[in-house]
Amino acid sequence: MPEKTMRDAINEALHQAMEQDESVFVIGEDVAGCSGSAGDVGAVGGVFGVTGGIYHRWPDRCIDTPISESAIVGAAAGAALVGMRPVAEIMFADFIGVCMDQIVNQMAKFRYMFGGKSRCPAVIRFSSGGGFSAAGQHSQAMYQVMTSFPGLKVVVPSNAYDAKGLMLSAIQDDDPVLFFEPKILYQETSDVPDEMYTIPFGEANFVREGDDVTVVAFGQMVPKAAAVIDALAEEGISCDLIDPRTTSPLDENAILESVQATGRLVIVDEAPPRCGLTADIAGLAADKAFSSLKAPIKQVSAPHSPTPFSPELEAAYLPDADKISAAVKATLA
Amino acid sequence: MAIAKETLLHAYRTMRTIREFEERVNAEIMNGQIPGFTHLYTGQEANAVGVCAHLDKSDTIISTHRGHGHCIAKGAEVSGMMKELFGSSEGLCKGKGGSMHVADIDKGILGANGIVAGGPPISVGSALAAKIRKNGKVAVSFSGDGSVNQGTCFEAMNMAVVLQAPAVFVIENNYYSEHTSINYAVGCDDLKARTEAFGFPVFVADGADFFAVHEAAGKAIAHARAGNGPAGVFAEQGRYHGHFVGDPQAYRAAGELEDLRENHCPLKNFRARMAETGELSDAELDAIDAEVMAEIEQSVTDAKAAARPTAEQVTEDVYIQYTATA
Ligand SMILES: Cc1ncc(C[n+]2csc(CCOP(=O)(O)OP(=O)(O)O)c2C)c(N)n1
Ligand SMILES: [Mg+2]
Repeated sequence: MPEKTMRDAINEALHQAMEQDESVFVIGEDVAGCSGSAGDVGAVGGVFGVTGGIYHRWPDRCIDTPISESAIVGAAAGAALVGMRPVAEIMFADFIGVCMDQIVNQMAKFRYMFGGKSRCPAVIRFSSGGGFSAAGQHSQAMYQVMTSFPGLKVVVPSNAYDAKGLMLSAIQDDDPVLFFEPKILYQETSDVPDEMYTIPFGEANFVREGDDVTVVAFGQMVPKAAAVIDALAEEGISCDLIDPRTTSPLDENAILESVQATGRLVIVDEAPPRCGLTADIAGLAADKAFSSLKAPIKQVSAPHSPTPFSPELEAAYLPDADKISAAVKATLA
Repeated sequence: MAIAKETLLHAYRTMRTIREFEERVNAEIMNGQIPGFTHLYTGQEANAVGVCAHLDKSDTIISTHRGHGHCIAKGAEVSGMMKELFGSSEGLCKGKGGSMHVADIDKGILGANGIVAGGPPISVGSALAAKIRKNGKVAVSFSGDGSVNQGTCFEAMNMAVVLQAPAVFVIENNYYSEHTSINYAVGCDDLKARTEAFGFPVFVADGADFFAVHEAAGKAIAHARAGNGPAGVFAEQGRYHGHFVGDPQAYRAAGELEDLRENHCPLKNFRARMAETGELSDAELDAIDAEVMAEIEQSVTDAKAAARPTAEQVTEDVYIQYTATA
């Protein structure tokens, strides 16, 4: 199977979906690029290159916008409401701050408020997460916040293979989907088939299988946790590593079954801890697998602080191998 | 009206400082010394300096992702800024913010800003405070040609008119928002008319000409200071670098960059004007150039030697006071 980066895998999914279905279009800031300039329109393909090449094939369905996040999301929601399948790009997940109303009060709730009589098959893509010294307004994960809103489906791929299959599912899905791309992983590669395939929402991936501890990790924390678990295996500690892949819907069964077998649970996410995914999963296990637990649940997250700029500070801020390893060992102490 | 010699000297020094600061930052990014996302102001120096020449310490500015020039023009310390960009705990913001968040509240610098059009509404708040306090202060927001299409910008402009707040909206048209031309992103043909339709006057200037910006900004700021409500300045001048360092700039026309550097340089224009009027001599200007070069060199030396932040500092400064009761 050919190796592809996460960037290329998502790009391929977009191309294939657009080839197959004329109602799919992409819209956002510089998704084509250079619009209105004397230069090469279409040369950018998104500031992270995820929509590269689309303009040249489908100029009518690759739409640059002004810097107007509320209008971008609103336009995607509106087009979806009348039957299109837009894939909108919001350059950084942090900019949800600008367009929150259109996502949360509008697209998320149409179907419910309209008594089940509408469909809003829009996908909104975001680059997400830390690791670039990009400071407080360009580093947030944000998917944990959006997971709390009923009506939205929330996807967080951790590798190129999943990203392609999840993107194709997202585009086919009839509900609004928020698709968070951990930007630190864009260059990471895995084997990705050329053909189209989908990965169902609400189906976790067992990245590693083991008996002693269940580790649940999200997005960019999945490869970090996998490396830790491989190192711990050398010390005779074996772990399940669960990547839920979608935080809404969440594959509760996969997590609970694993916890029932291991009796120990560590949850790892890059976002701050309050009302986040680590607390969410800890609550799930405390509620539904309490009698299986042999040790207190451990949560590994960023602290309750914005993301700092300085590389040393950000390295201390994001969960790292030491913190993940210590948490796993704490459940065994 | 003639500009005082002191003002001219200061203006030239500040423009030169911004130019050399930015060119050095560019080099240090290439060397891998400065992390994160950095946007350079080179070419647009006269905008910041022409506007800030009319402000005193307690007037406020709010800036953008391309904020180094605004901050220097409003009096931010170059060495503290350089340390900040290097991520030192001795930086102006203790290494917490970096390039996109340089701020110095005591000097009326309400911060660079990573959110396009995040600044204008905040600036209206500062202007409102001045109006309530009747202290004759003004609040200037700098933002780009791309920012004017953001709802927050529209809201701020309209509300400033409604509240008759002394807010000055400085729109820097460098013709692009990232890779998109203003010809595409602004739907109407006449952005000045669109902006004036909010109900305030807009003064347009060639941003390559310090004297033009100085004059336009003088009118706008006098209008706001006199209690006539908000005003706008449009300064038109291209940036010399890409949107960010490393931008391939596929949107440029052939020869565009060369033309900008050659024929639209605020520093060259300033010197040409001085040669013409004889107000400042070449020797005076050359001396400033040398001093500025030395200052920038020193700031980099200091930044490289400055203390690095430690892990405990991550959670400092989130709040002033924050105690959870057990
Ligand atoms: C809300 C928001 N949307 C998008 C961006 C990404 N972005 C950063 S700068 C920029 C272009 C801004 O253009 P303009 O206002 O003209 O300022 P310039 O960069 O030309 O100085 C964009 C789209 C952002 N930082 N914030
Ligand atoms: Mg611009």
